[in-house]
Amino acid sequence: MYVAVKGGEAAIDAAHAQLAARRRGDPDLAALTVAQIRDQMALAVARIMAEGSLYDPDLAALALKQAWGDVAEAIFLVRAYRTTLPRLAVTRPLDTAAMAVQRRVSATFKDLPGGQVLGPTFDYTHRLIDFALAAEHGEDASNPPPSAEEPLDAAMPRIADILDTDGLIEPETDADDPDPDAPVPDLTRAPLTFPAGRALRLQALARGDEGFLLSLAYSSQRGHGTTHPFAGEIRMGTVEVEIIPEDLGFPVTIGVVTVTECQMVNQFQGSRTAPPQFTRGYGLVFGFAERKAMAMALVDRALRAPDLGEAVVAPVQDEEFVLSHLDVVEASGFVQHLKLPHYVDFQAELDAVRRMRRAASGEGASS
Amino acid sequence: MDTRHATNAAPAPAPGLADPVFDAQRLFRAALEALSRPGTIQALPVDLTPPAPLTPWAAALALTLLDLETPVWLDPALEAQAVRDWLRFHAGCPLVATPDEAAFALVGDASALDDLSAFPIGAAEYPDQGATLIVQVAGLRADAGWTLSGPGIKGRTRLAVAGLPAAFPAIWAENAALHPQGVDIFLCAPHALAALPRSVTVRED
Amino acid sequence: MSQPDAGVTFGYLDEQTKRMIRRALLKAVAIPGYQVPFAGREMPLPYGWGTGGIQVTASIIGPEDVLKVIDQGADDTTNAVSIRRFFRRVAGVRTTERTREATLIQTRHRIPETPLGPGQILVYQVPIPEPLRFMEPRETETRRMHALADYGVMHVKLYEDIAHYGRVATSYDYPVMVNGRHVMAPSPIPKFDNPKMHDAPFLQLFGAGREKRIYAVPPHTSVVSLDFEDHPFEVQGWDRVCDLCGADDSYLDEVVTDDIGGRLFVCSDSDYCAGRRADGHQGPAAASAAGEALADTMEQVAREHASEDPA
Repeated sequence: MYVAVKGGEAAIDAAHAQLAARRRGDPDLAALTVAQIRDQMALAVARIMAEGSLYDPDLAALALKQAWGDVAEAIFLVRAYRTTLPRLAVTRPLDTAAMAVQRRVSATFKDLPGGQVLGPTFDYTHRLIDFALAAEHGEDASNPPPSAEEPLDAAMPRIADILDTDGLIEPETDADDPDPDAPVPDLTRAPLTFPAGRALRLQALARGDEGFLLSLAYSSQRGHGTTHPFAGEIRMGTVEVEIIPEDLGFPVTIGVVTVTECQMVNQFQGSRTAPPQFTRGYGLVFGFAERKAMAMALVDRALRAPDLGEAVVAPVQDEEFVLSHLDVVEASGFVQHLKLPHYVDFQAELDAVRRMRRAASGEGASS
Repeated sequence: MDTRHATNAAPAPAPGLADPVFDAQRLFRAALEALSRPGTIQALPVDLTPPAPLTPWAAALALTLLDLETPVWLDPALEAQAVRDWLRFHAGCPLVATPDEAAFALVGDASALDDLSAFPIGAAEYPDQGATLIVQVAGLRADAGWTLSGPGIKGRTRLAVAGLPAAFPAIWAENAALHPQGVDIFLCAPHALAALPRSVTVRED
Repeated sequence: MSQPDAGVTFGYLDEQTKRMIRRALLKAVAIPGYQVPFAGREMPLPYGWGTGGIQVTASIIGPEDVLKVIDQGADDTTNAVSIRRFFRRVAGVRTTERTREATLIQTRHRIPETPLGPGQILVYQVPIPEPLRFMEPRETETRRMHALADYGVMHVKLYEDIAHYGRVATSYDYPVMVNGRHVMAPSPIPKFDNPKMHDAPFLQLFGAGREKRIYAVPPHTSVVSLDFEDHPFEVQGWDRVCDLCGADDSYLDEVVTDDIGGRLFVCSDSDYCAGRRADGHQGPAAASAAGEALADTMEQVAREHASEDPA
């Protein structure tokens, strides 16, 4: 009998109650605390902060708890919350050269000032399930606290800056932006229009869906918009966030954020008159998010194709295509809206198809 | 409000909207109605005493629509420090030096409004970037004056505006010819509002 | 008026966001049928579920308004219930299912059957605001086409339909020319509703949240469905009446009642149908088991709504 998706508030309330019960799971098991999620699911929390465009580990952890572990849903919660927050100030640009580095690797030089610092990485782990973790209960005895590390070099210049000094890499300029003198645009406060320019593109990429960017980056490596990338440097650590209050006139630090930065060194360009230089791709993401930062840098470089005089032949180089489809909240909403009722439109299509079928079978073409 | 400097600086600006949320909503609905039905006249739904020479409806509309995202140009007639302070304090809008930089223009002397081409008309691809003019006029009457036709009007309607130049219909025709580019005008008598969207035709009759 | 949630701004949006949307709305009204870009915010409901309409409604709604929300023409569909509930929660406004009582109607996919008057505003939820999008995916290109009023691709598409199917195959979201200048997507309403947009006494506002566009049709504006002289625009018609209320002038939804071909055809506009039944009209299947069960469900949802809305 007819039920369809009609149903009033009672039906919706019942659905919400079921969701709440399923989300909580077995009530005999202790509920996760936000602090546990924040500390022990920190990479999921980082992704929620990055794609949610809001640096707040506790809030992101809470969102993940509320979202039943669904990262996309948690991102959506954070974004909707973000809408209600007032804009109090605009920070100064982060100085990643002054980062308190926890990890720093370069694929372009064997050694460099400050050295290679592996830090907390999965890179050389053997991906074997660690059944010892399954045996953990509450207190954790198997992992001793990390031994005191050798202090890292205070000076850890960025590779791109070193290459820049030698003129080997293109200088970082605003040349890709339609209006370099205008204030940095804000994707969340002004509508996206095309051509967007690099500042806006980087904002969009920084909060873009990691899976989408990863696949696009991968496609460029497989020849669909090749950029000949080298991972010049990847660094992860904490940087200070500064603002200049109107009444003080000098910068004050308002907090510290963990970020991952990736500088790709790409395909050199030059001509008979201009000596060749490497080109740049840039990635910067909240939290420890190396995969995302690298993908972002590859896509950034690919999107610069028109500015660098390269032919746009692949999806990854197409600004409108990439920017219109990289947002997980937009994509998830629109794909899933197909489950909303469409029976009025479907009825219109049914009617049209029936008429055309009648007309085609010659049973008296109607109007 | 911070009054610590009251003794050695300019007096605090005159009050703005009594209820910034609900007053702005009512004012916007009146403005939307005015623009949707050109020639109709909307009463001012709030009490407001702005600094002279700003008049109440124009000032109320300014507080409804302006903020730090809208560059505003003041015509010479409104170039008073009290007006600038009041707008900056209540709306926080940047004030620009020339009309071609403005998203909104506040015009105190309607009789000088003889050239609309000084204002942004928007790009062909983005005609919405054309400026909005908030023009103070002496009075409005709905049953006399010019003949208006176009979207929002069933057939035609009439509107008399006291204060605009006599040649305004010709000036407006140049703007309307740019459609979809062009500027839009709110005509603000002290307590009455009407609007001319760029889509409307104004004829002397 | 019920009490809105404490701690939430009236209408959920902050005042600066409302001002931004209000400015966009004014430009939309000034340029009928033109899509104004706006900095759409993330709402607590998903994209594709009405975030554009919700932002428009939130920016214009006031305590004096009476809000009606419909999806597929019906007040009792889950998404309509959910949006109505959202506004009760964040604005505390009075809501209604009665088309005549509403000052503000937010809709997805239909225009009510009961004619709207000058004191009403219709807010459409729009998924794809660009009528040329499926012919030309690039915004830069479609912007240029609108700027030049170059609608060749649209006419080619419609003409190809005629060549292929003998008629224009588009049955909903059927493109219209507004004020003789801009081709506009009327949102996915069935083309049955297109004529109601022309020279309408009420203001029509369109919000596309994910695509971040707002557009409008002022009252008494020309809205013409695109067609050809030898293939004039025509609307759907039924050779039957509503099985519940007997209406012969409303858009009918087909309801499958069993797996052996059983069907009911009922008004998609639940308020229109209920109003007619209350006036004593009866359709051919009103007394059947399936007809009674369907009417019961609709009434139950209406009762729930009435009980939640103390006003």
